[in-house]
Amino acid sequence: MANTYSKVGEMTTNDGVPLKVSLRRSQRKLKLWAFLLVAPLLVFILVSFIIPVVNMTMRGIENPQVANIMPNVVAALENWEGTELPDETVYAALVTDLTMGRKNKNIGKVATRLNYERSGMRRVITGSARKAAKLKEGPYKTQMIEINKAWGDVAVWSLIKRESGTFTSSYLISSVDRKTNDAGEIVAKIEDKQIYVNLFGKTLMMSFSITIICIVLAFPIAYLLATLPLAKSNLLMILVLLPFWTSLLVRTTTWIVLLQSQGVINDLLVWMNIIDEDGRLQMIYNQTGTIIAMTHILLPFMVLPLYSVMKTIPPTYMRAALSLGANPVTAFIKVYIPMTVSGIGAGSLLVFILSIGYYITPALVGGQSGLLISNMIAYHMQNSLNWGLAGALGFILLVIVLLFYALFNKVIGIDKMKMG
Amino acid sequence: MKKLLKRTIVATAIAAVSMTMATTAAQAEETFTIVSWGGAYTKSQQRAYHEPYTAKTGTKFLHEDKSGTALAGIRSQVEANNVTWDLVDILEGDAMIACDEGLVEEINYDEILAAAPDGTPASKDFLGGLNGCFIPQIYYATLFAFNDEIFTGEKPSTIADVFDLKKFPGKRALEKTPAGNLEWALMADGVAPNDIYDALSTEEGVARAFKKLDTIKDSVIWWEAGAQPPQLLSDKEVSIASGYNGRFFGAQVNEKQPFTIIWDGQLAEIDGWVVPKGKLTTAMKAYIKFATDTQRLADQSKYISYGPARKSSAAFVDKHADTGIDMKPHMPTSPTNFTNPVIKNAEWWANNKDDMSERFNAWLAK
Repeated sequence: MANTYSKVGEMTTNDGVPLKVSLRRSQRKLKLWAFLLVAPLLVFILVSFIIPVVNMTMRGIENPQVANIMPNVVAALENWEGTELPDETVYAALVTDLTMGRKNKNIGKVATRLNYERSGMRRVITGSARKAAKLKEGPYKTQMIEINKAWGDVAVWSLIKRESGTFTSSYLISSVDRKTNDAGEIVAKIEDKQIYVNLFGKTLMMSFSITIICIVLAFPIAYLLATLPLAKSNLLMILVLLPFWTSLLVRTTTWIVLLQSQGVINDLLVWMNIIDEDGRLQMIYNQTGTIIAMTHILLPFMVLPLYSVMKTIPPTYMRAALSLGANPVTAFIKVYIPMTVSGIGAGSLLVFILSIGYYITPALVGGQSGLLISNMIAYHMQNSLNWGLAGALGFILLVIVLLFYALFNKVIGIDKMKMG
Repeated sequence: MKKLLKRTIVATAIAAVSMTMATTAAQAEETFTIVSWGGAYTKSQQRAYHEPYTAKTGTKFLHEDKSGTALAGIRSQVEANNVTWDLVDILEGDAMIACDEGLVEEINYDEILAAAPDGTPASKDFLGGLNGCFIPQIYYATLFAFNDEIFTGEKPSTIADVFDLKKFPGKRALEKTPAGNLEWALMADGVAPNDIYDALSTEEGVARAFKKLDTIKDSVIWWEAGAQPPQLLSDKEVSIASGYNGRFFGAQVNEKQPFTIIWDGQLAEIDGWVVPKGKLTTAMKAYIKFATDTQRLADQSKYISYGPARKSSAAFVDKHADTGIDMKPHMPTSPTNFTNPVIKNAEWWANNKDDMSERFNAWLAK
């Protein structure tokens, strides 16, 4: 088959395979290769990033405790109106479930879960479970109410019915400082318990300030880096990169040494008689400390993208603007700055998104007022063990970051961004 | 050595000689991962329990300083079905929660714990805290201490003094948790120690506590790790700090820091062990029996100033191992120190921790 035309108009290879098919075959091979090459990274990201994120987000809405451990009560409550106390069958189911839960040693999970919604439910559940196991025969309604008068409270039953689904919105509601009241309406929490909305606001505000300060500080450095002769700019580059290569913890603790009230800066000020011994400045363990330390840590993320953009701007543009009659300031503002916008954008996005989820530095130098939402999430993961709430807060944070990313994309355009 | 050991085990397994021999071989290779609080505390356990037991049986011990987040750790390990901790040092309240949730093994006290030398069964010999899963070890106190060099004239001696910024100026270091701080606030406001938890169970009582805390809020540095308060005191960052009595004792004795402890209003609490689910093996039972007997609990007080959790141990409390100081007057449970204590109500905190923490965090962020 030496001819390359088997049918009219159709191209084939030397062995008679249509060219289209052959091409598709070889491309499939290439695609497979490409896929195999990225597969390790893909698997890594899937396992170490995407699955945990999805898992954690699911924790924010999953609600298996009541449904799994008290199945009889859930079934018995299905047709309950919710206006007056449920009837004997529900109480009998309660005794069965509590007894089983105690035997399987998982009733504590229900107790913990319901205690998030209503303080004291832990004692109600675990205490009743202990006593319910000893009840011999019905009617159980009066006996259970005798064991704990909470069982004679319609609100408790409404709570159990509300939390009997496999999914719940209560963590999400709680992470925006709201709660469901006894009547089933979503209302604001009392003022003494409102925390997250303010904290989200504060986190955004602080990230915003840090970004602005970084732009102001990084712009001149990047400009110098881009315009100085090579020998000098290399030295300057090392100065920028050295802190970047230093451990984050070292840099943070260095700030503690410098800023604390018995620290280097305060000592110097006292020694120079600028402030007296009692007037030592509180510069750390508060918002100021967090902003200073985080600005320092995140500065290279602003300098490097700016530098890489500025490096590509030919100096002739400025000269042209000057020779056409603009004064240096106008030329700088109208010609130079617009050309650096993609660098500013990239740097800002990096700094802003990094600082919005920053954890370790605020934990060390933030004191109370300098804490960010990520510290609260860590608190719920490690201390209060309310992983559902941590998941819900994390989900909201993720949505905020994605919103800012979308906004950024709309305003500056992600394709114009240069990461350095 | 390891090779030899392996060969021995393989040989025993293949030959399937006898059950007893197999267990001896397994025991010789036993390694326990013990979770504790770190620092001087872990060291005291090491010297009182682990080292003597290694000398006796060859058991090896690995240490993890994760007790600060122990409940989270146990829960995630049990949920992931991959329990790597063998024994976990934990507070009584957290032990209750872990027990209710079925994360830790239930303990049959009289079977697992050794009786006192006079034959009193363990369940009657311990000072409290035997609530199902918890193995009490020590009584410790969270209390206030101050740096002598700061207060040259009159010195603070009561909880009310701690809250009195006019009479005793300077910053305060408090633990970043509602537990303890709420109790002390009420006490400083005039509530008797016995009425504190009744008061805290009402809305007005909680509001009153926070109102009292408001009066010092601007002068507080919040600490989170037990090593911080002595550090803050010796740096004179604060004039009065709350902290664990053993840590202050360590700074006083080992570092010769000029600290004075305010025993008034000490928050007494039990600390002890829990065994994560599936880890209550025969070897573990043997170790627990050894480490919690009367002599061993008393031994720990040679290294750190925490009171043994057994009545029968009190008579065996001896001198500090390194300095030779008599430890009895430094025990939180000694009669001269135990005059006006707040006994921490672990059950109340297990029920109200979520609620109080929420308010506390909101209050802090304000």
